[in-house]
Amino acid sequence: MISPRYHREIPQRYRLEAGRCEDCGEIHFPPRFVCRKCGGKRFAIEVLPRRGKVLTHTTIWIPPAPFEIQKPYVVAIVELENGVRLTCMVAEAPPDEVRIGTPVELIFRRLQAQPVWEVLQYGYKARVLAG
Amino acid sequence: MYGIAGYGAYVPRYRIQVETIAEQWGADAAAYRTGLLLSEKTVPGPDEDTITISVAAGRDAIARAGIDPREIGACYIGSESHPYAVKPSGTVVIDALGIGPDCHVADFEFACKAGTEAMYVAYSHVKAGEMKYALGVGADTSQGAPGDALEYTASAGGAAYVMGGDNVVAEILHTYSYTSDTPDFWRREGEHYPRHAGRFTGDPAYFHHVLSSAQGILERSGLKPADFRHAVFHMPNGKFPLRAGKLCGFKPEQLEQGWVVNLMGNTYSGSSPTGLASCLDVAVPGDLILVTSFGSGAGSDSFVLRATDRLPTVQKLAPSVRDQLVDRRINLTYGKYVAYRGKIRMNES
Ligand SMILES: [Zn+2]
Repeated sequence: MISPRYHREIPQRYRLEAGRCEDCGEIHFPPRFVCRKCGGKRFAIEVLPRRGKVLTHTTIWIPPAPFEIQKPYVVAIVELENGVRLTCMVAEAPPDEVRIGTPVELIFRRLQAQPVWEVLQYGYKARVLAG
Repeated sequence: MYGIAGYGAYVPRYRIQVETIAEQWGADAAAYRTGLLLSEKTVPGPDEDTITISVAAGRDAIARAGIDPREIGACYIGSESHPYAVKPSGTVVIDALGIGPDCHVADFEFACKAGTEAMYVAYSHVKAGEMKYALGVGADTSQGAPGDALEYTASAGGAAYVMGGDNVVAEILHTYSYTSDTPDFWRREGEHYPRHAGRFTGDPAYFHHVLSSAQGILERSGLKPADFRHAVFHMPNGKFPLRAGKLCGFKPEQLEQGWVVNLMGNTYSGSSPTGLASCLDVAVPGDLILVTSFGSGAGSDSFVLRATDRLPTVQKLAPSVRDQLVDRRINLTYGKYVAYRGKIRMNES
């Protein structure tokens, strides 16, 4: 049963809401309770930019069962325009379309649909930008 | 002035060709191509559904409206493929788009015309002064039974419209709806695929309602077909909207821009809204546009719109429908297609 955690994480998963330390300005994604840089405990919500580039990537050939149908798929560390880095799947990209430095945008996709009686889980993935 | 403040459309990247489906079932691909006037259809990815399509289209609509999403007072999603049987698609869509929680949310259903229903109710709210802006979306990931004629056309996509009294890019001048009990197409609770009543789907259902609605709005508005730059009719296949347009008195060049079905298939609730978005992509201030949807069961909604001076300033803020239709398509094999559409029974994990 993962619903309570999923519900708590909706602001970051759906809307890319990060925590900006009110003492030193460090941006944390996912948000934290204590700043890793200065130990501060006061945070403001900062919505991350949706565009960035691939910092590094790998192709998953043997995924966990719920992702079987999507293989092979690419998982990337993406550096957003403000320097924040996050890890996510790259939607619908043939592996050879993703390179270090490939420009991407974060989009909203269904992350998990199994088991069939459970709440559907949504969140961000990266998508290779055209051109 | 009330009408569309922002619009957005979303076309999935995956396609399946008519040839690929025909080959699977030993059917004559050329006959389907010419019979349906359609060469391929869109397929949703394994991580896409009505909710993700609505979010993608809604984000572009809000960007073109140039507003804070929290100013949107209502969100209506029209679809016949809501991912949940119980839990509105709109609840996820508003949280993803940053709308609400001060917001009225409902999901609409009416076969292929749920999208224009959502648009009509959203528009009515802002015109009544109930709220500043309202979002109406038509989106679907429709399914046809394997081997059925519908399998060649049932596709995925959608369009979203922010209605408002400020920032209007296309003023809505007239609305009109025409509805009756006509059992051309249905699905009973618990059934996986819809049923259609063969030849009954043409004249008594589609053409009767579409023509009655379009002619009704022309009569009430005092406008004639020659006054319009673009006309969009619901696109269950390539032929029906062209014939409906011709019977109403429209010329091929008025129907061309909104006729996206040949490359997209029938996106059900997303069909006529996506056709309208394609017209807004190119319309110039003063252009009149007629839109008529159709939903089995049966009914049609019509709108007469006029592009404003603001439209050209927002057209390039998001990808056009035509660009999405041709850019970076990924063609699927029949096997990949049925796997993505959940038609293969996998082992429980
Ligand atoms: Zn700090």
